[in-house]
Amino acid sequence: MNVFNILIAGVGGQGVLLTSKIIAEAALLQGLDVKQSEVHGMAQRGGSVLSQVRFGDKVFSPIISEGEADLLIGFEPLETARYLHFLRDGGIVVYNTHPIGTIGVSIGKETYPQDIHETIKRHASKVHAFNATSAAVEVGEKRAVNLVLLGAALRFLPLDPGGVDNAITNSVPKKLLELNRKAYLAGKAQSA
Amino acid sequence: MTKAILSGNEAIARGFLEAGGKLAAAYPGTPSTEVLETLSREKGIHAEWSTNEKVALEVAIGGSLSGVRSLACMKHVGVNVAADPLMTVAYTGVNAGLVLMVADDPGMFSSQNEQDSRHYARMAKIPCIEPTDSGEARAYVRAAFELSEAFDTPVILRTTTRISHCKSVVASAEPVTVKDRDLAQDVPKYVMLPANAKKRHLVVEERLAKLRQWADTTPLNEVIEGRSDIGFITNGISYQYVREAVPDAMVLKLGMTYPLPEQKIRDFAARVKRLAVVEELDGFIEEQIKAMGITVHLGKTAFPVCGELTSRTIREAVTGTVPACKLPVGGLIVRPPTFCPGCSHRGLYTVIAKLKLYVSGDIGCYTLGALPPFSSMHTCICMGASISGAHGISRGLALKGVKQKPVAVIGDSTFLHSGITGLIDMVYNGGDALVVIMNNDTTGMTGGQEHAGTGRTAQGAASPKLDIGKLCQAIGAKRVREIDAYDIKDLEKIMKEELAEPGTAVLISNQPCVLRYKVSKKAYHVDTKTCTGCKMCLKSGCIALSFVPEGKKGHAEVDALLCNGCGVCSQLCATKSMINT
Repeated sequence: MNVFNILIAGVGGQGVLLTSKIIAEAALLQGLDVKQSEVHGMAQRGGSVLSQVRFGDKVFSPIISEGEADLLIGFEPLETARYLHFLRDGGIVVYNTHPIGTIGVSIGKETYPQDIHETIKRHASKVHAFNATSAAVEVGEKRAVNLVLLGAALRFLPLDPGGVDNAITNSVPKKLLELNRKAYLAGKAQSA
Repeated sequence: MTKAILSGNEAIARGFLEAGGKLAAAYPGTPSTEVLETLSREKGIHAEWSTNEKVALEVAIGGSLSGVRSLACMKHVGVNVAADPLMTVAYTGVNAGLVLMVADDPGMFSSQNEQDSRHYARMAKIPCIEPTDSGEARAYVRAAFELSEAFDTPVILRTTTRISHCKSVVASAEPVTVKDRDLAQDVPKYVMLPANAKKRHLVVEERLAKLRQWADTTPLNEVIEGRSDIGFITNGISYQYVREAVPDAMVLKLGMTYPLPEQKIRDFAARVKRLAVVEELDGFIEEQIKAMGITVHLGKTAFPVCGELTSRTIREAVTGTVPACKLPVGGLIVRPPTFCPGCSHRGLYTVIAKLKLYVSGDIGCYTLGALPPFSSMHTCICMGASISGAHGISRGLALKGVKQKPVAVIGDSTFLHSGITGLIDMVYNGGDALVVIMNNDTTGMTGGQEHAGTGRTAQGAASPKLDIGKLCQAIGAKRVREIDAYDIKDLEKIMKEELAEPGTAVLISNQPCVLRYKVSKKAYHVDTKTCTGCKMCLKSGCIALSFVPEGKKGHAEVDALLCNGCGVCSQLCATKSMINT
């Protein structure tokens, strides 16, 4: 299998790493080679977070170069826009429309881009946007936005859905499994 | 044989256990932290958070002397702290194997510099081993211990952020049974009086010569066959980028970057038309190759010394062309890290910013006080420099006749790491500065680890809780006062009092980290009827807050999903419009 490249972008604390962990686990269960990059530490404090997952027959670099990503999963609109130039022509974007302000916005020094959704559509041809945060809140936990987005992205992943299910079971604490499954199903239901 | 997806750090922890490692000591530091975190969950070994990296390495040296395989882990700047024991344990050699794991940070994802720690191997004349992925990270720990014992030398196992924090597939291996050695008894070897050290230096030089020969035979250094128009000599993560960029090229992968395999390099260079050396940060390998009299056609003239490399940089340098590629979307606002909603540092910096104080800062979450809206940190150099720096600043200002009392801001873990010695110095040498210790009961920025002040070990077991207030009193600070960092009116009053008084004063805030201890109170909301849109609340610099313009004015708004209910913004509100009832 040729290497499939996924970029997952969001804000520190949104649970970006769990989504990439599950995708990587699913690829391993399928017998593929997989590499995953993430940045820890400072990023958690509400900063910009980027995780990259690559899987295929053999993966060398854990990092994706500009113009190479097949899929961009955006946890937040501004962060989605920030990494659009990594998409290859024909690459797919699945993103959460609920914005999170930056500290510059909060102190009144900057404004959140009003046209961010139009900007995203201008730079990518295949865009799937929905409010994943609302879906997560409806399921009962706003932090489950990561599993909602995983569900929405599933149909664009060249992975066995059964493997993804198993990867979720392996990656989530037992007492949170039911909640996370609900969030995952809510994301899958976004088939528009 | 099971396979798992592990980060380089997790793989190193696994490799340590498989190699019969028994003692591990570390101080948290991105990107090395997860090695000790993973080991702290294991039984049958001693894994500890040490006070600082010098202590960690000394503890590991003690472990080696006692006869058990020992590991010290730290980030690159941590080696600077551990450099004293490192330079001399290179002379004494080891009993049981001793490995120093060092994680560099090219690109400075979480660091104050991007030093190239391979230079330490050269300075100490000890081997440096570098894995290129998690699988090698696991295997190379055992190789490092074996090398350590075979040549009687400490060994540096060096990673970078992309090795330590990237995850790749790792197979497990059968653990080895290692025979523990007896407690070291060899005074001329381990007691570095000058008479003994002189003899040991000769041993170090002989050892290095033997290691150079060994480098030519070890499978750590491997040739991958391919096209010979350009041959690539590379190490660490750069090896993966080279394979990605030029998959059919001939490559010499250096698993040991000090000392270098001279004959192997000569043979490789002779087989290729042009030679490229691809390494991040300094031309450490390249300079040594050039010193052998070998021409390097593509090196630091083509690849940057600053920052990370990418496979794209390599492809462009090799082909000489820059392919057209998309540009980033322009005009996007940045998203720097910031204090969590509810963080006690927010209250402190709101007051410091209002009083326009000169702040000598330190390393931790509170370093973020340097960013807007507070912009209240004027220097931050290394762990512990806040206090000693503030002392130096106050003495210099006094010599010039300037009446200004600098403020040092430091956290609990950093204070124990290297702030104590600065405070002793300040009190002992007539210091005149205000020291604020933000004790939130954790090593916060690195992910909430324990330390001697939390009363819990790395395993979560109870241990004597160091009393920072009593320690400051014992040091002799004139006044040591507890503050409530969330009561900004009272905090302002106390700070003004202490700034007006001569001598060293220490203010200590004892309020738990809201993230680590999952503290959360009822969220606030804005009464839009009484809010005048004055924006005073925004000075608290919290991402839970925003401003909604409405015609000529507007009103503040609180995101209930983000608000932690700390109330700092409500204290800034002049119209009592911030409500949490």
